[in-house]
Amino acid sequence: MKINAIKTLLAVLLLALASGPAAAAGGASNLEPSGINVNDTASLQRGAKMFVNYCLSCHEASYMRYKRLSEDLGLSEEMVMDNMIFADAKIGDLMTIAMDPEDSARWFGKTPPNLTLIARARGADWLYGFLRSFYQDESGRWNNLLLPNAAMPHVMWSLQGIQVMSHGEGDEAGQLELQTPGLMSPEEYDDTIRDLVAYLDYMSEPAKLKRKNVGVWVMLFLAVFAFMAYLLKAEFWRDVH
Amino acid sequence: MSEQSGAVTKTANGLLQWVDKRLPVLDFWNAHLAKYYAPKNFNFWYYMGGFALLVLVIQILSGIFLTMHYKPSAAEAFASVEYIMRDVEWGWLIRYMHSTGASFFFIVVYLHMFRSLLYGSHRKPRELLWVFGMLIYLLLMAEAFFGYVLPWGQMSYWGAQVIINLFGAIPMIGEPLTEWIRGDFFISDATINRFFALHVIALPIALLGLVVLHLSALHQTGSNNPDGIEIKENKDEDGIPKDGIPFHPYYTVKDIFGASMFLLVFAFVIFFWPEAGGLFLEHDNFVAADPLVTPEHIKPVWYFTPFYAILKAVPDKLMGVILMGVSVGVLFLLPWLDRSPVKSIRYKGAWYKILVFSFAIAFIRLGMLGMAEGTPAQTIEMRVWTFVYFSFFILLFFLSKGGKTKPVPDRVTH
Repeated sequence: MKINAIKTLLAVLLLALASGPAAAAGGASNLEPSGINVNDTASLQRGAKMFVNYCLSCHEASYMRYKRLSEDLGLSEEMVMDNMIFADAKIGDLMTIAMDPEDSARWFGKTPPNLTLIARARGADWLYGFLRSFYQDESGRWNNLLLPNAAMPHVMWSLQGIQVMSHGEGDEAGQLELQTPGLMSPEEYDDTIRDLVAYLDYMSEPAKLKRKNVGVWVMLFLAVFAFMAYLLKAEFWRDVH
Repeated sequence: MSEQSGAVTKTANGLLQWVDKRLPVLDFWNAHLAKYYAPKNFNFWYYMGGFALLVLVIQILSGIFLTMHYKPSAAEAFASVEYIMRDVEWGWLIRYMHSTGASFFFIVVYLHMFRSLLYGSHRKPRELLWVFGMLIYLLLMAEAFFGYVLPWGQMSYWGAQVIINLFGAIPMIGEPLTEWIRGDFFISDATINRFFALHVIALPIALLGLVVLHLSALHQTGSNNPDGIEIKENKDEDGIPKDGIPFHPYYTVKDIFGASMFLLVFAFVIFFWPEAGGLFLEHDNFVAADPLVTPEHIKPVWYFTPFYAILKAVPDKLMGVILMGVSVGVLFLLPWLDRSPVKSIRYKGAWYKILVFSFAIAFIRLGMLGMAEGTPAQTIEMRVWTFVYFSFFILLFFLSKGGKTKPVPDRVTH
C-alpha cells in the first residue's frame, strides 16, 4: 500500500510534467558555462584583486566586509589593508565607495549597481558572458551583446583589446571579433574574467564555502538517525497485524 | 544500583502525581496519545500532517532568531537580511531554514490536502476538520505573502504591488482599500512595517489557534484512513476499535522515522540547493527593491502560481480576481460536493480516478504556466487548465451520487 501511494504521487508529477513543455524554464540558456570554481582559493584571490582594481571604484559592494574577504581567501589583514583598500577604510568596514550615487547617475546615465549580490541576481554564466561581450559600435561607443546599450564602458579594454561586430556572411554575422589586441591573449583574458566571476560568485554568498561542508555532516547524521528510527519503528510494529 | 533507580522512579512518580492532581496531564496524555486509537493502515500520505506541524515549529523557531537581527524598514530591510547572511553567526543557516521552510510548508500542505481527495478525509463526519484546515491554508497564504515582502528585494516589492493592486479591481472601495492595506499611496516603509507586525505576531497566533482547532476536531472524530472506513464502527469488548492502534507508541515512532526522512530532504535543500533553481529564492529578489525600476517579468512565488494563472487566464481584471477567489473558495465546499456513498478512491469507480488525476494535473500545470512569461499560446493553455480545474468540482457534484463504486470491506486492509 505504501508503494501504491508513492506511485500515485509520481504518476501525477510525471503526467503533469509530460503534458506540456516546461513553462518554467527561463531563457538565456545559450550562455557559455563560466567554469568557475569557488573552492579554488588562488582563483578567488586573483579575482578579488581584479575586483578592487577594476570594479570597486564605481560599483560598491556594501554588504561585504574586507575582513570577511581576508578570512575566507586566506589573506592576512595587512595584505588586504596594503593591497586592496585604497580609501581610508578599516579592515572591518563594508566595501563602500566614495563616489556619490547622484554624481555617478549624472556621469553614466545610471548609478552603477551594487555588485555584492550580482552573481545571485544574474548568474555566473551571464556575468562571464557579459564581461567578454563588450564591443565598439560604429559610433565608437562601447556596447554589449548581452546588455544592449549598457551604460557601462569597457573598463578592461586595455586587457582584452577592442572587439567589433563582424559583418561577415551567414553564421559569422553578428559575431564579435578582436580588432585591436590588448595586453592579454584571448585565453588569458578569459581566465582573468573567470577568476573575477568566481570572486563575484563567492562574494554573493560567502557562506557557500562553508555550507556544503557542514551539509555533508548533517546529512550523514540524519541518515544514521533515520536508519535507527526505522529499526525502532520496525521493532514496535512487529506486533501490529 | 537497583535500589537507587527504584528511588528515582518513586520520586518521579510522586512528582507526576503531584502535578496530575493540579493539571490533567495524564488525562491529556491518554486522550491524545497513549489511548488515542488511530487506524493501523496509514500509508505515506499520512505523514504529511505531522510534517506540516514540524515545519510550523521550524518556522517559528527560525523566525524568532531572524527577528532578532532583521530590520523592518524600507531603508534597512534588504541590508539587514544580508547582514544575517554574512555577519550573524550561523545566520545563513537560520535564514535558509526559514526560506526553505516556507516552500516546504506548501509542499506538505498541498500533499496533505490531496490525501483528502484520495481517501475522502473531508467527508462526513469530518467536514469541520476540513474547514479548519482550509482556514489554516488561507492564513498560511497570507502569512507567506507578508513574509515574502520582508526581504525587500525587487520581487518582494513588485510582487506585493501586483497582489495588493488586485484589491483595486473591486468596484467603489477598491482604491481606498489598497491604500488602507498599504498605509500609503504606494508600497513603502509603512507597508513593510505593518506586514512585519502581521507576519510575526497576528497571523502566527491565529495559525496556532486554528491548528489547535484542527487537531481537536481530528481527535473528536478520529482519523480517516486509506480505506475510508470508520474504525469506530468495529470495536472489541473493551470498546477499542479493532483496526485501531494507540497513537503512542506506534505512530510516534513511525512519525519519528518519517520526520527524519523529511529532514534529510529538507537539509539537502538547505545545504546544497537553497535557491532551488530560483523557485524558493528568486534571482530578482537578490536586487534591492527599487520603486523606479520595474522588473521585466513579475510573478509570485511558485506556491501561488496556480491561482495566479487562473487570474491571468481571464481577460477582465475584476472577473479574473473573482475567479481566482472562487478557485480557492470552492475548496471549502468539497465535503458537500462529493456525494458518493464511498469515501476512498480505492472503492470508487474509474470516474473518480480520472476526475482527481485531471484535477491534480491541472493544478500543477497551472502552477507552471503561472510562472511563465505569458505568451499567447500559454494563455490559451491556462484557459484550458482553468476549465479543467473548475470542471472537477462541477462534475464531482453531478457524477458522485450515482458514480460506480466497489463493495467496501468491513475491516481495513493492512
